[in-house]
Amino acid sequence: MASGPYSAKVMDHFMNPRNVGEIEEASGVGEVGNPACGDMMRLYLKVEGGKVVDAKFRTFGCGAAIASSSILTEMIKGKTIEEAEEITNQHVADALDGLPAVKIHCSVMAEEAVKAALEDYRKKNPA
Amino acid sequence: MAHIFFDHISTTPLDPRVLEAMMPYLTERYGNPSSHIHDQGQQALKAVDAARAEVAGLVHAKPQEIVFTSGATEANNLAIKGAAEASGKTGKHLVVSEVEHFSVLNALTFLRNRGYEVTTLATDTDGRVDPDDVRRAIRPDTVLVSVMHANAEIGTIEPIGEIGRITREQEVLFHTDATASAGHIPLDLRAVGADLVTLSAHNFYGPKGTGALVVREGVRLESQIDGGFQEMGYRAGTENVPGIMGMGRAAGIAAAEMGEWVSHLTRLEKRLREGIASSIEHLHFTGHPTDRLPGHVSFWVEYAEGESLLLFLNVHGVMAASGSACSSNLKGRDEEDLIASHVLRAIGVPSDICTGSITFSMGKGNTEQEVDHVLSVLPGIVRRLWEMSPTYLDYQKKILQGG
Repeated sequence: MASGPYSAKVMDHFMNPRNVGEIEEASGVGEVGNPACGDMMRLYLKVEGGKVVDAKFRTFGCGAAIASSSILTEMIKGKTIEEAEEITNQHVADALDGLPAVKIHCSVMAEEAVKAALEDYRKKNPA
Repeated sequence: MAHIFFDHISTTPLDPRVLEAMMPYLTERYGNPSSHIHDQGQQALKAVDAARAEVAGLVHAKPQEIVFTSGATEANNLAIKGAAEASGKTGKHLVVSEVEHFSVLNALTFLRNRGYEVTTLATDTDGRVDPDDVRRAIRPDTVLVSVMHANAEIGTIEPIGEIGRITREQEVLFHTDATASAGHIPLDLRAVGADLVTLSAHNFYGPKGTGALVVREGVRLESQIDGGFQEMGYRAGTENVPGIMGMGRAAGIAAAEMGEWVSHLTRLEKRLREGIASSIEHLHFTGHPTDRLPGHVSFWVEYAEGESLLLFLNVHGVMAASGSACSSNLKGRDEEDLIASHVLRAIGVPSDICTGSITFSMGKGNTEQEVDHVLSVLPGIVRRLWEMSPTYLDYQKKILQGG
């Protein structure tokens, strides 16, 4: 059900967020945003054989921030690292059937969380 | 599905008796009060005058002191710009509290850009202005002091009686924006010592699009709309007769029933406040603990974000408000519009926490069952958001480590 400014897809991921939680001994963790700005996301990735095999998140934020985090974890699972790096905020927003203009930064946060988590992974696993 | 409206500070439902009073003026009585030689016009003129007397009665003013406007925003603009411009060269300074509505603050920005000086008074952590600060801020060239009667977001009632005494002594005009309070708590223009009072019909079960500025006899104001000579020359434009009829009826009902509403709302407020306090941790009530609007409960919760709280509440059929950054302006142009409320910042709520603020404002139609429904869903909503929140997780880890 769509609610207020949000699409039905956003509301579904907000009400029933996928993959909330942490990954023990994650391959990479990315934290972006700041509670002072109203939102903060922590993304945990498990990488095996160059592929993202699991993803979990915890997010403090508005409906768009939680929905962006949730759908991102679905989008990223099964992708190679290279594919994961190509996820943009536009992909996230499109997957949610769009976001209100002032909420685009929430999808940007999701994109940045992936980059931060993969950077952490590379630090832990230098080539 | 529940349908519980706990957002009466944003607007109130139209009282059916108000609609009844308006209907003839939307249908068979269509006269223009300025065209009062014929029967239709005369009927409209008499009706508007009767409504004027009813609105005057609500604040113990004289009928000729009521200037109807399109709402509170226009009334605030007229009060502030009108008083400043009427003061001529002698007055160049205005005093305002930092917790006013944007229609006051932005009218002052307009004046500041035209050479006026403005002193903005800080409030205490309950959102109250110190009357001594008003006294200290007044200068020989001060035209006007503007301090609201009650704050919509945190419910605090300002000490306007004391401020009015000071402005009287100092011979400075005193404007009070009574949008959130009028029709809900008593207000006596002369007892308070106010010169200008803003009223909004849709905040006390009247129609949207109608408000009034109460202009005490003898106060000089520059009209802000050029045109004809309606509203004693203070406000040009054909009167919104149906709206004015609605406002008059709403004022009459409020004046008669306010006491009943206050005791009902005080009971509901106590039940809601106590229920929330006993069921939710990390919760902080905002606003003055006792000097506040009846039926108004405002608070913030750590580790939970305000818009998410509102969305979940709405899914459970509960409509409330938040001063949170993310819900503050969904139609804004960019992220810069997403800043936490100036009221919450004024009372010193840390900006990373402003985000979890909620305002429940109940009205005469709300019930104890509705309060109980809110109490049955709110703790679960908060817990769900905490479980998703990295900041709450960090807090818990810290507790476990004995930190």
